[in-house]
Amino acid sequence: MDYVIEMLNIRKEFGNFVANDNITLQLKKGEIHALLGENGAGKSTLMNVLFGLYQPEGGEIRVRGKKENITDPNVANHLGIGMVHQHFMLVENLTVTENIILGNEPKKLGMINIRRAAKKVDEISKLYGLNVDPMAKIEDISVGMQQRVEILKTLYRGAEILIFDEPTASLTPQEIDELIAIMKKLVAEGKSIILITHKLQEIMDVSDRVTVIRKGQGIGTVVTPETNPEELATLMVGRQVLFKTEKKPSNPTEEVLNVENLVVEDYRGIEKLKGLNLSVRRGEIVGIAGIDGNGQSELIEAITGLHKVKSGTIFINAQNVTGKKPRKITESGIGHIPQDRHKHGLVLDFTVGYNAVLQTYYRQPISSKGMMNYKRVSEKAQELIEAFDVRTQGEDALARSLSGGNQQKLIIGREVDRDPDLLIAALPTRGLDVGAIEFIHKRLIEQRDRGKAVLLISFELDEVMNVSDRIAVIHDGKIIDVVDAGETTEQELGLLMAGHSKDEMVIVGDDVIVKEGDNHDVE
Amino acid sequence: MSNRTIKFLIPVISIFLGLLVGAIVMWMSGYDPIIGYAALWNGIFGDAYAIGETIRQISPYLLAGLAVAFAFRTGLFNIGVEGQLIVGWFAAAYVGTAFELPAMIHLPLALLAAAVAGALWGLVPGLLKAKLRVHEVIVTIMMNYIALHIVNALIRSISGGSYKLEKIHKTASLRSEFLSNLTDYSTLHYGILIALLMVAVMWFILDKTKTGYELKAVGFNDQASRYAGMNVDKNIILSMVISGAFAGLGGAMEALGTFGTMSSMGGFTGIGFDGIAVALLGANSPLGVIFGATLFGSLKYGANNMPNAAGIPIEIVSIVIALIIFFVASGYIIRVGLNRLKKKEAK
Repeated sequence: MDYVIEMLNIRKEFGNFVANDNITLQLKKGEIHALLGENGAGKSTLMNVLFGLYQPEGGEIRVRGKKENITDPNVANHLGIGMVHQHFMLVENLTVTENIILGNEPKKLGMINIRRAAKKVDEISKLYGLNVDPMAKIEDISVGMQQRVEILKTLYRGAEILIFDEPTASLTPQEIDELIAIMKKLVAEGKSIILITHKLQEIMDVSDRVTVIRKGQGIGTVVTPETNPEELATLMVGRQVLFKTEKKPSNPTEEVLNVENLVVEDYRGIEKLKGLNLSVRRGEIVGIAGIDGNGQSELIEAITGLHKVKSGTIFINAQNVTGKKPRKITESGIGHIPQDRHKHGLVLDFTVGYNAVLQTYYRQPISSKGMMNYKRVSEKAQELIEAFDVRTQGEDALARSLSGGNQQKLIIGREVDRDPDLLIAALPTRGLDVGAIEFIHKRLIEQRDRGKAVLLISFELDEVMNVSDRIAVIHDGKIIDVVDAGETTEQELGLLMAGHSKDEMVIVGDDVIVKEGDNHDVE
Repeated sequence: MSNRTIKFLIPVISIFLGLLVGAIVMWMSGYDPIIGYAALWNGIFGDAYAIGETIRQISPYLLAGLAVAFAFRTGLFNIGVEGQLIVGWFAAAYVGTAFELPAMIHLPLALLAAAVAGALWGLVPGLLKAKLRVHEVIVTIMMNYIALHIVNALIRSISGGSYKLEKIHKTASLRSEFLSNLTDYSTLHYGILIALLMVAVMWFILDKTKTGYELKAVGFNDQASRYAGMNVDKNIILSMVISGAFAGLGGAMEALGTFGTMSSMGGFTGIGFDGIAVALLGANSPLGVIFGATLFGSLKYGANNMPNAAGIPIEIVSIVIALIIFFVASGYIIRVGLNRLKKKEAK
């Protein structure tokens, strides 16, 4: 067989913890091979073994049929293995070319020949259709292009085998399409690719074969066209996963949140919300659908008091909270799962226990008369860890040490536990695997069924359509329409998100399209 | 090797390496390192008098270290401990001379004056940071110069043109005949008890109170703190005020204990700046500060004996002392070395 990489029965231990146990992965030349597993299943560990960052305790690695001992990344580079990291390793204020030659500068009499390097970068860029300007500064180019620079970097160093670590995590849908095209072009030119991901659709779209690992164990390898997302999810999680969360019809009662004519400016004085109206009632989930940057962040921050309101009013339980301090607003009955869990949701260098009381630390019984009751803190933490299945070494572990999914469960536990009348969930499942997503969706619906109001903000149309009862479409700082989740379609939402009003659309067969002559953005 | 032994071995090996390199420096300069270190040892522990003086020297380092460490824990870099200590020194010395009160009131009042003066000196950079986002490092450095020259000017005008304030009244003094007799008439005073009490206060504030929880949260992540409804600005100001109060009390040690007065100064005392090293050596924890201050205080005082008893010039002595502290601060290198050893053992 012409395998370019064979990782046979790899075992990697950290102390008593076995991160990889008997995992086998064989990469054929010219294939895109997906490596699938939940967060924390051991995908990154396995790739770090291949890249020479970790030494395995057992098993062997063969490159082009020859047994190799990859002791550090330089050895991996020499063997033609290149890694495109999830978090880009680029120097912001250097140019594309400078970044690519960094650490490996072509020198002549001590001078760097930047022009020759730039020419080579440009050639490679054209060959694979990467479309990168070699002289652009990293800080001036988009995230998608930065990723292409990372790809160029590995190609420039002669990589034949490329490892992509969660490459789509920070890309827009368009950029994802471009990336998929590039990956296909790379294999067409004879490169081989290992794609680390937990996104099932991506695997179906792009890969030839899939190796699944679960909790550090190799589960097996399947041929992509012979499988389907349901089977992959079952292999990955180890049980049947429900893609469509079951829920009863909603039964909305009185209004909890009412936003009227809300206008919010960003720090430059540009209006981000331009008279937005929104209402959420008890017993319903309202989803906000929209393309990133149409005012979603400003809306949440204005409601929760983190962003100044220019005009308009926000009522919670018929109480005007506009311009109130965040804590006042929180106490009027809001739970908030923030968009960025590292920036707002957690103090990463605090323990799990400390984070569990981040919103309640100042109240009885967690503290009284200015003194913290740390016994109560750990009781509360244990309660949340158990109820919300937060997998951690314990309440004394730093929040930083938790995987993304468990960090999110901790936040959700903390917010839901306070029993808020309105739960705001902003991108609650970003970067999580299907098991965790299912868990979180269930919790949101549970809150609704208990007669609470839920406001869900998501960039994933599937999520919005699956979880919400009503969908409010946001475009350019306004809610341009509110539709019933059961009656709308992806096409209709897509057109609304692009700024077309319903009056402009016609139904043709199963499709919704924009009427002739009306093909313009509404203002 | 367990992690516990490693934790214990790091400072021991660090100090040993520092002594070793220090010895090489002495030997290369033509002095006998054994005689030199014997003089250092005697300077620190030689007799009751030396021990008393060493402990006395530790007190201001403790408070300066606490001041730096406390601000650090809230994410603030207080370089202004020096200035806060100088205004504290002045305030205590002034209250000590200007009033005639019973000791029960006079001493606490003088200490309070020092703490308040230091706190005010910390308040300014705190306010500027919280309200206008002016970086505290720049402001605190400038506040040091302002403190130095204002205090010098005040001493001159209050003392009627002299370079020195009058001696403080006995009622405001920290001096103790008991401690002095115990240590063969050293200048050891009650300040060390105040300093140790403040160590406990810092631990209590940070690890027991609600305010401490907030201060630490703001130090780690101000965005998440704001999300959780904390008043970030208030916490920044509060942290600088408490830090300044610790530093001010450090000044009171000198005013009410060691010197019993204040003279106009040609330059900084250095205690405030050494406080940064003390805090870092102690990993910004209250107990760690005790370790850092003890190391600094002992070496600084004990070194005075080296020129007299071993004939080693003060310049060489300074290098040796700096080397020892340098190696202790580089504990990280030794940790890496020990961990590597541990790995080899495992294999």
